[in-house]
Amino acid sequence: MKILAVCGMGIGTSVILTGNIEKAAHDLGLDAEIEVADIWTARGAAAGADVVMTSGELAAELGDVGVPVAVIDDFLDGDEVRARLATAVGR
Amino acid sequence: MTEPPLSRLLPVEAIMTTVHVADWRGAIRTSGELLVATGVTTEDYVRQMLEAVDEYGPYIVITPGLALAHARPSPAVLRTGLSWAGLASPVKFGHPQNDPVHLVIGLAAVDHDAHSSALSRLARILADRDRQEKLRGSERPEQVHALIAEYEES
Repeated sequence: MKILAVCGMGIGTSVILTGNIEKAAHDLGLDAEIEVADIWTARGAAAGADVVMTSGELAAELGDVGVPVAVIDDFLDGDEVRARLATAVGR
Repeated sequence: MTEPPLSRLLPVEAIMTTVHVADWRGAIRTSGELLVATGVTTEDYVRQMLEAVDEYGPYIVITPGLALAHARPSPAVLRTGLSWAGLASPVKFGHPQNDPVHLVIGLAAVDHDAHSSALSRLARILADRDRQEKLRGSERPEQVHALIAEYEES
């Protein structure tokens, strides 16, 4: 499956999020490919993904992209990232 | 490829503790001025860091109490680097869950990849709440720098 990590700029938040998504996907036994997109390119890229993960504010900006959007409050919290990903993929 | 250690990306000159600021703009400006002072960016980048929050909101407050202030790679970035502004009193960024902010980490990157492993290491250090408390409680930049170097090696 493809997971899209969305942030504003593509250099900071998403880098931190990507590391935690990798760990979470591994823990959940998901064969995941993680891509990073800034908010500009995310709308187009989301259609080709299975799950989108981002902050609450950017999720609101993104709106309905046709795939589950997992909202992360604490980007440093690996447990939260895993729980939100699990819910989004129905595990 | 081996990436530079955090101690080089975040030298002691780029660290300030117990900074007094009036609001989130002052907090971001402080973290940006530290990047300028250490030759990481030009003044333009500080403006871009503020514009990023004006445009996208306070999503840079990535965890309770901590903001990762940054903008896009641009000609205003001279080299990849980090800064650390520990605030004397916390300020609100307007984030629904993670306010108020005690610590602003400034980040400037020349591209999307060169700094990713260093930033992941920093994230791992800060994700440990006990370590983060100890870092936040440090009153001198030398203390912060030494603790980060120690954690990175452990």
